[in-house]
Amino acid sequence: MIRSEPPALLTGSFSQASLLRLYHRFRALDRNKKGYLSRMDLQQIGALAVNPLGERIIDSFFPDGNLRLDFPGFVRVLAHFRPIDDEDPGIRDPKEPEPLNSRMNKLRFAFQLYDLDRDGKISRHEMLQVLRLMVGVQVTEEQLESIADRTVQEADEDGDGAVSFLEFTKSLEKMDIEQKMSIRILK
Amino acid sequence: MLCAALPLLWLPLAGAAATEEPTPEPGSPGEPPPGLALFRWQWHEVEAPYLVALWILVASLAKIVFHLSRKVTSLVPESCLLILLGLVLGGIVLAVAKKAEYQLEPGTFFLFLLPPIVLDSGYFMPSRLFFDNLGAILTYAVVGTLWNAFTTGAALWGLQQAGLVAPRVQASLLDFLLFGSLISAVDPVAVLAVFEEVHVNDTLFIIVFGESLLNDAVTVVLYKVCNSFVEMGSANVQATDYLKGVASLFVVSLGGAAVGLVFAFLLALTTRFTKRVRIIEPLLVFLLAYAAYLTAEMASLSAILAVTMCGLGCKKYVEANISHKSRTAVKYTMKTLASCAETVIFMLLGISAVDSSKWAWDSGLVLGTLFFILFFRALGVVLQTWVLNQFRLVPLDKIDQVVMSYGGLRGAVAFALVILLDKTKVPAKDYFVATTIVVVFFTVIVQGLTIKPLVKWLKVKRSEHHKPTLNQELHEHTFDHILAAVEDVVGHHGYHYWRDRWEQFDKKYLSQLLMRRSAYRIRDQIWDVYYRLNIRDAISFVDQGGHILSSTGLTLPSMPSRNSMAETSVTNLLRESGSGACLDLQVIDTVRSGRDREDAVMHHLLCGGLYKPRRRYKASCSRHFISEDAQERQDKEVFQQNMKRRLESFKSTKHNICFTKSKPRPRKTSRKKDGLANTEATNGKPPRNLSVQDTAAVILTVESEEEEESDSSETEKEDDEGIIFVARATSEVLQEVKVSGSLEVCPSPRIIPPSPTCAEKELPWKSGQGDLAVYVSSETTKIVPVDMQTGWNQSISSLESLASPPCTQAPTVTRLPPCPLAAEEPQHPFNLPYDPRPSFAFPPSLAKAGRSRSESSADIPQQQELQPLMGYEDRTHLSPGTANSHWCIQFNKGSRL
Repeated sequence: MIRSEPPALLTGSFSQASLLRLYHRFRALDRNKKGYLSRMDLQQIGALAVNPLGERIIDSFFPDGNLRLDFPGFVRVLAHFRPIDDEDPGIRDPKEPEPLNSRMNKLRFAFQLYDLDRDGKISRHEMLQVLRLMVGVQVTEEQLESIADRTVQEADEDGDGAVSFLEFTKSLEKMDIEQKMSIRILK
Repeated sequence: MLCAALPLLWLPLAGAAATEEPTPEPGSPGEPPPGLALFRWQWHEVEAPYLVALWILVASLAKIVFHLSRKVTSLVPESCLLILLGLVLGGIVLAVAKKAEYQLEPGTFFLFLLPPIVLDSGYFMPSRLFFDNLGAILTYAVVGTLWNAFTTGAALWGLQQAGLVAPRVQASLLDFLLFGSLISAVDPVAVLAVFEEVHVNDTLFIIVFGESLLNDAVTVVLYKVCNSFVEMGSANVQATDYLKGVASLFVVSLGGAAVGLVFAFLLALTTRFTKRVRIIEPLLVFLLAYAAYLTAEMASLSAILAVTMCGLGCKKYVEANISHKSRTAVKYTMKTLASCAETVIFMLLGISAVDSSKWAWDSGLVLGTLFFILFFRALGVVLQTWVLNQFRLVPLDKIDQVVMSYGGLRGAVAFALVILLDKTKVPAKDYFVATTIVVVFFTVIVQGLTIKPLVKWLKVKRSEHHKPTLNQELHEHTFDHILAAVEDVVGHHGYHYWRDRWEQFDKKYLSQLLMRRSAYRIRDQIWDVYYRLNIRDAISFVDQGGHILSSTGLTLPSMPSRNSMAETSVTNLLRESGSGACLDLQVIDTVRSGRDREDAVMHHLLCGGLYKPRRRYKASCSRHFISEDAQERQDKEVFQQNMKRRLESFKSTKHNICFTKSKPRPRKTSRKKDGLANTEATNGKPPRNLSVQDTAAVILTVESEEEEESDSSETEKEDDEGIIFVARATSEVLQEVKVSGSLEVCPSPRIIPPSPTCAEKELPWKSGQGDLAVYVSSETTKIVPVDMQTGWNQSISSLESLASPPCTQAPTVTRLPPCPLAAEEPQHPFNLPYDPRPSFAFPPSLAKAGRSRSESSADIPQQQELQPLMGYEDRTHLSPGTANSHWCIQFNKGSRL
């Protein structure tokens, strides 16, 4: 079941050591040694259960309604969080797809956590849902709504009452995404 | 008349002095005064505090003078200027007094001057940034300082062995190590003074600055260990002493941090219970932080570390607990004290350097030290950075390393420590003092002067200050959660994992324990940003009020006075709007002057931009209690108001779409009538109840504006008569009938919050309601004074009477003025047709908020107030009273056409 040699494209150019480490982790998460991960496997990670976005992050490991997560898929998702190597900027073949850990892909990963209905826009409603998860119970619903309103309006440039991916990236253009969405050990 | 004022000092009752015996001096009890002295000079009694105050004054004046010229301060760091000033002053003192005075005493320095600076830097330390870089900071602080101390000491000793230091400098290896330990530490005061002006990027700043704060523990330990070794004599030092030295490093640093955290906990806990004694909140912060410093100092732990940790640890909870005013007070006092202490330190450093009796020069030692501290600092930084970069997500590049090496400034700590050396035990003390002074001066002046050009030249990434946005805040939180989740999935317990753990622990236990419940509830970072953004917007709006007006081509000479008037009291504004209404009545047929327009615009500005005026209940003359309900209310109001404005401006400016908000007109007219009816009834003090009615307006009217409007406008087009307005009833009655008909046609009740019509926009006396209505909260209804309440009731009753028969004539008059004004400014944004798209409608949440707030209030009197209104609301649907308002709508449309 487990491919011992995942294709290079899918590994997101992880180093050998990282791959090995991820592979061990993958095996450890796979409780019944079934060769893939189910949602249950991820849900059982204790800390993930209390993470307000935990459920959504698990969702992103299972794109397109898949129920099984194999190792390449696992690695592919995690490849988003590989730090950007500064050695090879610019010399990449433009025809080649952007690496998974590029700024855009990192942002896209975050964006799709908001965009539940996958319509390419964060509607006010979706924003509200995220805020509800994040802000906690102390803030009243009305306040949440006004925050959501404002958040959407702040980023919304074309006036359609929703935040598109372009607007999303624009609202974060000053932020060091490369740093904030990277984990060192995933080199 | 100095002599006239002075006797007051010692004559308690100047007036009765002629008959009474003058009370004896406190200074000379028992001894009968020789007579009534008119003038008496008592310098010695006040000398010490007087001198302190004088020095601070001189330093502050010097600061003012320095900052008179932007050019100078942009080129030369303030610390340099202060040191130079100190040199000059010291020279003067030396020349006048023939002996050096007023020097930097180590006792004063450590007990009084240093704590404020450290507290300030700890308290305002960006904690997230600090912990993000904690690894690097600790490395540089511990390893770097140890490295610097040992290499510098050893190298100097080598220099001496090589014969390059004059033989009169009698120092052993231990002496040199002691000297190395005190000269090696990067000084927080100097670093802060220079780096605050340089504005390098945050990471670089926090690393250098964090290092300078945390290395204190190492410096203290090294200094103490070496000092005791020197005092013991190198022959007597045993192996266990070295071990003890190493152990003491941990004791001193961890102990200091622990003391700081304990006091931070106490401080946070104490401020949780200061709800009734807000006034002492700032004091508590300072007292407990100072207590932490002194406690650590007493236990010979690292006091700097203690205060840093105290400030760092308590901030979150203290800020949540204490009132807004206290927060400002804490901030300003802290900054004032720190800046004052810093100024005095640098000045005294300059003065102390003049005293040549304390130092002895040796060129070899001085030059050697200068070279070694620079060299080993650079070497140490490079080596450590190389190691650190293996572990860092964002490696520190070469430029960063250069700045870090070059930013290793030495300062007053080193000077104070070297002064503290015991001359009998360290025979070379004088040489060390001279060297330290030179090193400090060199680093502060030369490096301080050149670091700015260097940073510019190297193109070091500067810190960029951008306004926080809600999006950034929210997404940052998202990223944090994502990273924590990914670390969980990867199974790596790294930084994000532990941060997440800590945040959860904090949320679950610490915040619950240390934060006031009310504070805890609203203390959310995203919410906080939102809140601050709103406040900022409100402030900037008010600040820019003048510009906005002038951009519309109106000059408002009366603005300032009006501003202040409206701000100060309820009655004024009420009178103003009231008189507006009266004026309206009087000048109905006269031509509208520019003055009136100006009034109108002004009124809108005030209504929109200022807080709702409110009556002051109690005079705030208590020393122990600052009434702050008003403040909180105002904050809330600012927030609500602002939200409204923000939504408006977003839509109008950003999308270039002007939306007409649905109107509160119906009640407006009827309201107006009430007011007027009331006026007649109560003989002239009535306008006051206008505001009361406004509050009612929020609660009541939320119906079917949209359809009504379109509908009515259609009807209006056919027979738009609006422009010629006669203040007689007949035509109105006609219209009323018509509109009430249209009302029945479109019964669908759509809840759309009220917003002003163009007439309301233009005309003050109409608009107040529209603007305020949206966000009147329960509080405002609560504070309605009694006379207003009676007025209110009267108006209600009059309204009831008005509702049942077709019409009373009086009220209609007020509707008139809109026409000329509206016609004058056709392109006023709010005149544009109503856009039915929901996205441009005023968000219902807002109105809902306002409504529910007033509804949810459990105040019994208020409920009572509301009840008649509710009844009224039902009636108004059918009554001509409401319908009356419609011609207003129609009228506006008509005037546009």
